[in-house]
Amino acid sequence: MTGAAIILFWVVCALAGPQLVPYDPYATDILGALAPPSARHWFGTDQLGRDVFSRVVVGARDILVVAPLATALGVAGGVVLGLVTGYYRGAVDNGLSRLVDVLLTLPLVIIALLALAAIGASTATVVVVIGVVFTPLVARTVRAAVLSQAALDYVAAARLRGERGPYILFVEILPNVAGPILVEATVRLGYAVFTVATLSFIGFGIQPPSPDWGLAISENYGLIGGGIWWIVLANAAAVASLVVGVNLVADGVQEALAT
Amino acid sequence: MTPAPALAIEDLDLAYRVRGRDVSVLHRLSLRIGPGESYGLVGESGSGKSTVALAAVRYLPPNGRVLGGRVLVAGRDLYGLAPEALRRLRATEVSMVYQDPGRALNPSIRVGEQVAEIFRLQGLPPARARDRAVEMLARMRIADPASVADRYPHLLSGGMQQRVAIAMALSTDPRLLILDEPTTGLDVTVEAEILELIAQVRAELGTALLLISHNLAVVAGVCDRVGVLYAGSLVEEGPTREVFDTPRHPYTVGLMRCLPQGGRRKDHGRLDVIPGFPPAPGEGAGGCVFAPRCGLATDRCRAEAPPLHDLGGRLSRCHYPDLAASLPRAAADGLPASVVPDRSGPPILEARGLGKTFGRVRALHDVSLALHAGETLGLVGESGSGKTTLARLLLGLVAPDPGGVVALDGRALAMARRPDQRKALQIVFQNPDSALNPAHSVRRLVGRALVRLARVRKPDRAARLLGLTRSVQLADRYLELKPTQLSGGLKQRVAIARAFAGEPRIVVCDEPTSALDVSVQASVLNLLAELQARRGTAYLFISHDLGTVRYLADRIAVLYLGRLMEIGPSERVFSGPHHPYTASLLSAAPVLNGGSGGRVRLEGEIPSAIDLPGGCVFHTRCPRKLGPVCEREEPALHPGAEPGHEIWCHIPVGEL
Amino acid sequence: MLGRILAKRVALSLITLWLLSVIVFAGGQLLPGDVARAMLGPLADPRAVANFNRQFGLDRPAVVQYWDWVSGFVTGDMGRSYALRSPVAPFIAAALGHSLKLGAVALVLVVPLSIAGGVWAALHAGRAIDRVVSLVGLSATILPEFVTGIVLILVFGVWLRVLPITADWPEGAGPLTQLRYLILPSLPLVLALFGYLARMARAGTIEALAADYTRTAVLKGLPWRAVLWRHVLRNALLPTVTVIATQLGALIGGLVVIEVLFRYQGIGSLIFTAARQKDFPLLEAGVLTVGAIYAVAALAADTVAALLDPRIRHGASR
Repeated sequence: MTGAAIILFWVVCALAGPQLVPYDPYATDILGALAPPSARHWFGTDQLGRDVFSRVVVGARDILVVAPLATALGVAGGVVLGLVTGYYRGAVDNGLSRLVDVLLTLPLVIIALLALAAIGASTATVVVVIGVVFTPLVARTVRAAVLSQAALDYVAAARLRGERGPYILFVEILPNVAGPILVEATVRLGYAVFTVATLSFIGFGIQPPSPDWGLAISENYGLIGGGIWWIVLANAAAVASLVVGVNLVADGVQEALAT
Repeated sequence: MTPAPALAIEDLDLAYRVRGRDVSVLHRLSLRIGPGESYGLVGESGSGKSTVALAAVRYLPPNGRVLGGRVLVAGRDLYGLAPEALRRLRATEVSMVYQDPGRALNPSIRVGEQVAEIFRLQGLPPARARDRAVEMLARMRIADPASVADRYPHLLSGGMQQRVAIAMALSTDPRLLILDEPTTGLDVTVEAEILELIAQVRAELGTALLLISHNLAVVAGVCDRVGVLYAGSLVEEGPTREVFDTPRHPYTVGLMRCLPQGGRRKDHGRLDVIPGFPPAPGEGAGGCVFAPRCGLATDRCRAEAPPLHDLGGRLSRCHYPDLAASLPRAAADGLPASVVPDRSGPPILEARGLGKTFGRVRALHDVSLALHAGETLGLVGESGSGKTTLARLLLGLVAPDPGGVVALDGRALAMARRPDQRKALQIVFQNPDSALNPAHSVRRLVGRALVRLARVRKPDRAARLLGLTRSVQLADRYLELKPTQLSGGLKQRVAIARAFAGEPRIVVCDEPTSALDVSVQASVLNLLAELQARRGTAYLFISHDLGTVRYLADRIAVLYLGRLMEIGPSERVFSGPHHPYTASLLSAAPVLNGGSGGRVRLEGEIPSAIDLPGGCVFHTRCPRKLGPVCEREEPALHPGAEPGHEIWCHIPVGEL
Repeated sequence: MLGRILAKRVALSLITLWLLSVIVFAGGQLLPGDVARAMLGPLADPRAVANFNRQFGLDRPAVVQYWDWVSGFVTGDMGRSYALRSPVAPFIAAALGHSLKLGAVALVLVVPLSIAGGVWAALHAGRAIDRVVSLVGLSATILPEFVTGIVLILVFGVWLRVLPITADWPEGAGPLTQLRYLILPSLPLVLALFGYLARMARAGTIEALAADYTRTAVLKGLPWRAVLWRHVLRNALLPTVTVIATQLGALIGGLVVIEVLFRYQGIGSLIFTAARQKDFPLLEAGVLTVGAIYAVAALAADTVAALLDPRIRHGASR
């Protein structure tokens, strides 16, 4: 519940942020730069004098587009691949397991670094790279669920009625693996948010001057030694709240399905 | 002073806390087991019998709580003991063995060490403790106990694991041994061995026994006294033979009548059933718990809970214990006149030289059999006999090894079957939870089968659906429910309705009642018999339970390790002369009333299907092995005592 | 039996590494297109481009390039860096040494902590202490390392001033000083792993506590201590042991961020720098090294699991 509320809050910020915030997130004010939090600027201002609060609120936008899109791509691909390999097995299935093995040897951030260095960093490539890496990982989970369902007698009964493969996959099996898929999707969304934020932080995600949390932290963490802590802290809190929100939902889904 | 009873349960009230409410599981339960006495507790699922076992060792789940009454083990109040005293009591006075020995043993410790642990606890040095452990295993009649002691549990067969568990339980030299479904899930021949072992060690050690089982026959063979548990209450108690011969409670009477025993066959008419359902735990207050299902119930029964009447050494919780035997039948008497199967014509389904190898496992080898219209062929065998593989081969779910043929009406079937061929041959699976898609409603489950198999068009569909579900006695209100909302018996009716949707000529029934309680089993068997009589459907009926096979089958095939041992008319297979394996199966099955005449004992374990014995596969355990010929040569088919009776054994039929 | 299982496992690891090398090579040398142009700038003299390509062997067929690269890798020659114009291997070796130090500090802290925390929570399942451990664990695991890192720097480095805010210790510092510099960078990694491992340990313990064999042990009359150590924990912690190795991946992923944040010269910051500069030979070598380390760790974990669990050792699957 709490998780859903947090996510809802940020979705509202992402959708209606520019209308809600007190200042234009892009408006600079060199004279008022690096002001600490005050009644005028709740979270202070940054080096260019931009209002940190406004930028944090609007900063929800890109990550809330990129992470869910990447997740959707990965889940869609993974579900189809998992259903097919779990039911038909065979060579594609073996190939999938090897591919998953390979992907597991590398952390997502490093795969993304390699891919983004090779094809150039942009928001679209972040979506595609994360989505493509998620596909076999989601497929593995779906495959395992399908495998245990395919051994059940209701599948044999369907074959004995002469049902075709697609019917068995999508009408018989899919509804019974919806639970694991839902859990996987929420967990993946958590990873996606985590990864997008991390990539932005190291400069391979969302590109400036878009207001973005990871980016803002990366641009300003050098200043904390000098006591300028509010920019970084505000953005870090924003990332943390979104990640926690998504994971609370994932946990909730998992628990709801377990009982 | 007489010694304290091994176990005394006095007015025990026990409940499980579910969502903030106490749900009563045991109600004012009292029982007493004297020193060295063996007491059997029988009941169907949900009766609370396993809770009794856990309460007697004070190992209730975290939400279980004792609301009243006492449990005394060897005279000591179990629930008044401090933790250390409780531990010492468990280490010396009471032990427990339960179902699924594979899980009761620690998977990562050698079994010898697990037994030795107890002797070390008693203060013996490690080497001596190990010796004692090996001795204990030897006492359980484990051949080569020293090498078994060095193995991990997963390397032992189920029967062997249970021997180890019993050895462990007896190592503390307890006054009371509690056995909770100790042979459920084991093969009949293994079960017989374990039961014999239990009886024997009890005689040697003088341990008192509490044997808990759903199987009346198991209890009948081992126990002096028996208690019948229904919905958390003890409804009847007394000396075993008396209770089973002349029950004094309508529930016991009904239960006995449900059993297909004493050679009952479908042409003798329906089995009796107990109507309705047992109350859900915590449900139903006031009056007799059994009244809603009892054919004798009066207004008094519904208003006033009967006390336990003392009938002179026996107890019955019924207002009218003397009338119990006159309980009217709940099932209609006769079956519709059945079509007498005609074996003179050609068979409708035939298997010739069927075999199946999965990797290194030889699941089935050279099996040939025929099924005629309207007849039931019973398929009997223990685990690893290949009976389910045979069913899947016939259905075309797996492909046979080259050379094997399945023929319908004399025409060989390809793996890809035509719609009319699929429609002709359907199945009722063992486990309806697995066989019914939990995501679909009953209407959809049955409706889809009508569409695919019967090609029913839209306008007729609703009517046909109702006709079909009513024919399996499934009330219309269940149609919109999902399988998880139905009881086991209802689920199996749905599965049967689905199998019959396309008016099949042959239905394979793969242990359709083995997951069901006896009272439910009876009504499913009645239904199958009735459908067959009305529609002339042929059955291939697979079961490990000889009683149910005998009730339904016209002919019986006996499988062992993937090979046919014997096939013939049902009564002939039961009466003999029969294959030595059939003989041992028949004598191993526990029976309710007496008949403890000389058992044919089998030596050793069922060999692995990866490493099959040469010659006759049964020679490693055969009590009548002739000699080297049995190890060298696979026996040829011998015609039996009458036409259609065939036995694969080197011993001439005249001597069997 | 054990030998055969391990041989099969080693073969699978080799296949995995080979596939990884193909993917990394494709990613680093085929996808980017005209590397020379990228390195030398769009206005570079065509002769300089040709020269660059010749120097780095980029004018040969891809298969030949791959073979050269991968065979060199096996013999310790990891290629030449575009940006540094010198062999890659020494850089990798030095960076790896640094990272291993940091990773080791994190692991030494997290393994006992998380197992103890998880078991403790399981023994008090449903009570306050369990909720606290679970909640702390969950939040610690899911927060990106740069977030926890920043907060830790703020609290311990800036406000309390008890620990240095970079891992860049002074030249010639002794092991204790080095350790002092490594504590703050290792903490985000500890937090990231703690939740996951503690959850595994907790789940395993709860499962083992509810298992039939634990009931058997209790009903035998064994003292609780013996039940716990011999029967419960032995089975409960097996999955956790295996998972420690597989979590190495998460650890290395965290290293990239942490090393950048704390300005530490490890494999993570090396990969990061190489990616920034599009120095593909360095990047590929770094990535492949990380993959190889992971594969070896996973292999080690499986071996340990097989040694501890007789069921795996005997190849039983029932």
